[in-house]
Order: sequence, then C-alpha cells, then structure tokens
Amino acid sequence: MTRLHQDRSLLRHAPLVMLGAMFIPVMAGLAGTFLPAIGYFPALGGDSLSPGPILDLVRWPGFFKAGALSITTGVGVTLLSLAIVILFTAAWQGTRLFSAAERLLSPLLSVPHAAAAFGVAFLLAPSGWLARVMSPWATGWTTPPDVLIPQDPWGLTMMAGLVAKEVPFLLLMTIAALGQTESIKSRTIAQSLGYGRTWAWMTVVLPRVYEQIRLPVYAVLAYAMSVVDVAIILGPNAPGTLSAQVVSWMSDADLALRYRASAGALAQLGLVGGTLILWRLMELSVGCAARRWAYLGRRMQRDRVLRHAALLGAAAPILAVLIGLASLLVWSFAGFWSYPDVLPLSFTWTTWLRHASDLRDPIMETVRIGAMAVGISLALTIITLEAEQRFNLKLTTRRLGLLYAPLLVPQVAFLVGLQTLALESGLDAGTAAVTVAHIVFVLPYVFLSIAGPYRAWDARYATISAAMGAGTQRTLWKIRLPMLLGPLLVAAAIGFAVSVGQYLPTLLVGAGRVQTLTTEAVALASGGDRRVIGVFALTQTLAAAVPFMAAIALPRFFWRNRRALQHR
Amino acid sequence: MNQPDDTRNGLTVEHLCIRLGGEVLVDLDAHIAPGHILTIMGPSGSGKSTLLSVIIGTTAPAFDVSGRILLDGTDISRLPPQKRRVGILFQDDMLFPHLSIGANLAFGLPPGIRNRAQRRARVVEALADIGLEGFEDRDPATLSGGQRARVALMRMLLAEPRALLLDEPFSGLDAALRDHIRELVFTLARERQLPVLLVTHDEADARAAKGERVDLATPG
Repeated sequence: MTRLHQDRSLLRHAPLVMLGAMFIPVMAGLAGTFLPAIGYFPALGGDSLSPGPILDLVRWPGFFKAGALSITTGVGVTLLSLAIVILFTAAWQGTRLFSAAERLLSPLLSVPHAAAAFGVAFLLAPSGWLARVMSPWATGWTTPPDVLIPQDPWGLTMMAGLVAKEVPFLLLMTIAALGQTESIKSRTIAQSLGYGRTWAWMTVVLPRVYEQIRLPVYAVLAYAMSVVDVAIILGPNAPGTLSAQVVSWMSDADLALRYRASAGALAQLGLVGGTLILWRLMELSVGCAARRWAYLGRRMQRDRVLRHAALLGAAAPILAVLIGLASLLVWSFAGFWSYPDVLPLSFTWTTWLRHASDLRDPIMETVRIGAMAVGISLALTIITLEAEQRFNLKLTTRRLGLLYAPLLVPQVAFLVGLQTLALESGLDAGTAAVTVAHIVFVLPYVFLSIAGPYRAWDARYATISAAMGAGTQRTLWKIRLPMLLGPLLVAAAIGFAVSVGQYLPTLLVGAGRVQTLTTEAVALASGGDRRVIGVFALTQTLAAAVPFMAAIALPRFFWRNRRALQHR
Repeated sequence: MNQPDDTRNGLTVEHLCIRLGGEVLVDLDAHIAPGHILTIMGPSGSGKSTLLSVIIGTTAPAFDVSGRILLDGTDISRLPPQKRRVGILFQDDMLFPHLSIGANLAFGLPPGIRNRAQRRARVVEALADIGLEGFEDRDPATLSGGQRARVALMRMLLAEPRALLLDEPFSGLDAALRDHIRELVFTLARERQLPVLLVTHDEADARAAKGERVDLATPG
C-alpha cells in the first residue's frame, strides 16, 4: 500500500525555483563584479587579467577613510540598535507601554529609508526643527549656524538616521522570536529568585532570543555598512562612504572608472565579510564573559535608571521618524518660512501643484515594479509552501538561513556586476530587469512574513475538505487562501514597501533610466530644495504606507460578518 | 482501480500494519458492515489518529504502512483522499470560518447538482433536518457548540460519503450535549447505512456505539 498519493509534478521543485529566483541574480552579479575588478571587461577592451583595478582603488586617496567609515558606521549602527532593542525589551516586555510600541512597528517599518533619512535631516540640520525650537531663546541663533550637519565627516548623522530605521526592524524580529520562547515565565522565575527585572531577562531570555535574531542582526550590519541612499542624504561627502563612491564611479561618463568601481564593490564585499566574522567572534566572547558574570549570581536589583534610559533609547528613534515625517509634511506645504520661526508664515498647495505632473511617471513606474515584484514573490512563496506541505519537504533552519543570504551580501557588490553584465550582453536594462533585482529583496520578506501563518494553518481543514471530495486546487483557492487573506495581504504590503524603498537596485540595474519615486527623491538631495524634497519623500512614504493601510482595512471589510477571522 | 476481490459491502481494514521507525504502532484486521459501528479504544499516543489518517489518505511519509483498505469491496488504498469517499469528523467542528453556514453546507454538496436553486433547496432542507431553519447566512462563529457540531455532521453527510470516521468527535462537548449529538450522529449514520469507525478514549462513547470494540495497546 502506498502512502499519500503523490503526483510527480513540477510543484516538487518549487522550493528550488524560489531559491533560484533569489540566488541566480546575486551569483551572476557577483561574477559580473569580480571579473572587471581583476581586469576582465571585454566591452571596454579589458581582455586580460591584471591587478590594475585593485591597485587603482587602493591608490585612490579616500580609500582607507571610506573603508574605515563603512566599518564604524556598520558596527556603530548595529551595536546601538541592538543595545536599544535588548534593553528596551528586557526592561519593558509585558507592559502596556511595550504593547503600544509594538503597534507602532509595522507603520514605522513601511517608511522608506530615504524618506526617514530626509526627515532626520530636516530635524537635525542647523536650520531644522530642533534648532528652530531652541532658537533664539536658548541658542541665541538668529541665522543657522555653520555646522556640517547632516553630512558630518564622522557619519554620525547618517548613523542616527540608520538607527532610527533599524531599531523598529530588530524590535519586530525580537518580538517574533519571543513568541517561541516562554520568555515571561522564565523572567518571572528569575525575578522570584531575586534578580532585577532587566538583568533577569538578559540572563535567562536573551541567549535564546539572540539565537533567533542573529541573522536579522547580520543583515542590519551588512546593510548599514554598505547603504547608499541614506549615505547620499545624511552621510559625509568627499570622500563619501565606499559604496556611495562606487555608485558615483558607476555613473561617471568616464567608462574606465568602472574598473575601479568593480574593485570598490569587491572591496565592500570583503569588508562586510570580514566584519561579519569579527562580529561572530565578538558574539562568542561576549557570551562567554556574560556566562562567567552570571555565575557570580549578582542580582542587579536596582535597574530603575537603566529602565528609563532604555525607554528613552527606544523612544528617540521612533519619535525622530515620526517628527521627521511631520517636518516633511510642513515643508511640502510651506509658504514663506523665515529663521528661526518654528512654523512657516503661511501654508500653500503651490509646491504640490507645481510638481504634480513630475510625480505621475515615477508613481506609475514605482507601482508597476512593486506590483510585479510582489506578485511574482507571492506566487513563488505560496507554490513553495504548498509543495513543502504536499510533499513534506520541510525547509530546515539551515535552509532558512539561505533566505537571509541575499540580505547579507552588500547590495553594491552584486548590483554593480548586474549592470556590467547588462552592458556586456547588450540587453536593455529596463523595468523588467529592475523587477528581477527587486525580487531578490522582496521575496525573503514576503516569505518570512507569510510562512508562519501559512504553516500554522490547521491542516485538518484540508483533510475535511478532501474527505468531502474537494481536490487540492479547490481546497487551496476556496479554503486555505481565503482563510489566510489577512496575512497574505500584509505580506504583499510588506513586499511592496520593500520594493518602493529600493534605491540601488533601481539605479544600477536600470542604468539610471528607470525612474521611481525613490530615485527621484534621492536625486533631489544635493539640490536642497526642501519643499520639493518634502513632496517627493512624502509621496514615497505614501506609496509604501497606503498598501499597508489597505492590507489592514480590506480583511476587516471582507470579513466584517466573520468573527473568527477578525482581530488577528 | 482493482477488481473487487472482497464482495462484502462496508469498510474493510485488511491486515493493516503501521510502523514508525521499525516499531509497530497499529496492527488491525477488521470489517465494518454498513450501518455498524466499530469502536477503537486506546490512550493517546497509541496510534489512533495515525490509523484514521491511513484510512482517509493523509499519512505522513515517516510511517511505514502495509495492508489494504477496502470500501464496498474496492481497494481505495492508492486513491488520493478526495477520491476515497470516506468522511471524517474531528473533535473540533472545523467549520470554515470564512464561509456562511449555508456556504459551508454547499461546500459538501456534490458538484453534480449544478442548478443553483436546487443546491439552495438542499441546503435549506439539510438545515431543517438538524433544527436550524433560517441559519443559511449566519457566521459560524455566532453559533453555539452544539449547533456547530450539527452543522459539521450535516456538511459531511451532504458530501455522500460511503463510510464515516469519527476522531473523538464528542469530547469537546459538555456532558448534556454530548449524549444528544452522539445519538444524532449514530442515528443519521445508521439511516444512511454507513460503516462507522469511532476512535475514542471515552467509555461512554463505546457503550453508546453498541458495536464491536478493539483496544489498542499503550505504545512501548
């Protein structure tokens, strides 16, 4: 007697197809970066291997400073974000305040990096809101002081902008991990043994939680080390960060600079790889030291100050993004606004009306790419999860790591290569190519978001359905997908927000000719017209946020008479 | 499909042996005639649910299964679950939460009844049979446990199964309701001449079934 009826369909290979959609572009791109970096670039006449490009890169005067900046930014942002998230969760998990912060996370995550960075710039600049609120009564300033903020040479403003976006991300990952540990029970037991609340959590819960958020932490490190859009908006110029410099070489009219750009992208890959290894070593030694410290049994009961510091640390990034967005809004409607007035003298639609026609094409392009990337990612994800269930192909934890792999490779390292490959092959880098690059980043988020609810779905519904004679297709379309409508829409909205926020894939793979809201907004950074920046950055934020609101509202509408499917 | 080699009507479990990692979980040879109930008793972990999954066709590949399942003389062992015409009721009612009561029942109705008005008439009639007139458009979540259990039973019967499996279907109900629902299930199954396989750990269920009884041993 056989076991379950098994058809030998293509469905079996669905997980491979999904991983291929993520890995083939990354691998091809890395190859396309590597070859020019060692001199091989037939389209430009480079047909022999040479160390030339790498030597050229090292001789570039800004090289060491740019590399160092990449490391300090990456490690600084990751350490600070992680510290805030750990302390805040340790000190406040299980309180109403923590639940309130939890509800803010999804909207905050949907805010694109570029928009958040502009908001932070508008807040912290010498002529920004913070300075205006303090002037002239506290600072004595009647004209903006001549301070290089943003774009300070140490990258501090850039780090602030990144921390503001990474704290919500890591907090969400931590909360997801907490669901799988008996965190509150464990903490309560440690507290009943006399340990202070914060320290109790850190000794008994954190080790389990960190195991599960390790890959997201690595993703943050790799991202912060090599980010480009935030670096253009908030980071130092001349020299800029390594990745930003690579991008500017790539867009230079002098095609010979592409050798150096490829070498730079390769160096960025090496830097991220090396830093990840160092981070892992640091994890091990911190873990070891913490175990020795915990063995001493110190109770650390007095943690009031620490708890309030943690609260402040978590509130600051959240407020920075929210107030930054408000500041974008005010600027986009501002009429005449003199320094140091907190608000403009008048509000006007002028800026919006003047740029309405400039917004139309980028909006269409953004929606087109986002919809295609999400549609394909969602289809691949559902097919994979169905195959996994029908053929019992469990994606193990090890393979789950593969999902994160594209997020651990610095974007610039393979996107430079993809542009080179397009140039070599003569293929026109258009909307379709950009969509393929977006899928690399959209797919992991869609998969990670839907996999939990999809696997948690009670398979007895499928058994009942089959026992009544319904085939697998009917069960999928009539029962399973409708029941999972809410999580599916949320996954789609997350994927769309990820796509909206992509700067580098759009710029490099589109060879500068595919213009989305994000590329247009970032291109405005150097101009410094705050009213126009406000218009574009807000439109970008709305493009990411509106699907999110729809994802929450639509199931409530559809299932308004279905109590069991509400309040998820 | 194989030639009928066992002409008896009803559900036959022929030399069925389920192993997991070399260890025998279930070893059963039984025949249930139409309108009769076979009760399988056993503690949790004794392989009761695995036995049902083998009969219904959803066994996980980890299990090693030998033997055959025959329904009205036909070997159904190699058929996918949706072709077996074996109905099942679980401890939870498993009403589809996104469908109205009427749509839940219509999901069970065979697709052969194409006419929309006819399907509607069958649903109305079925609701009347279980004392739930006018419940077509109700949200399943607004029904009481007893009402939901009745809808779940009727939904499965509308699919016209030729055998019925019961996976501790009464243990989620409170005592007063339990006797009533049990009586209803057994009565309707007998009326339709269905062979019934009841899996339970409740002595009262076994007594009420009045049929043959098999005890599964504790594993290990």
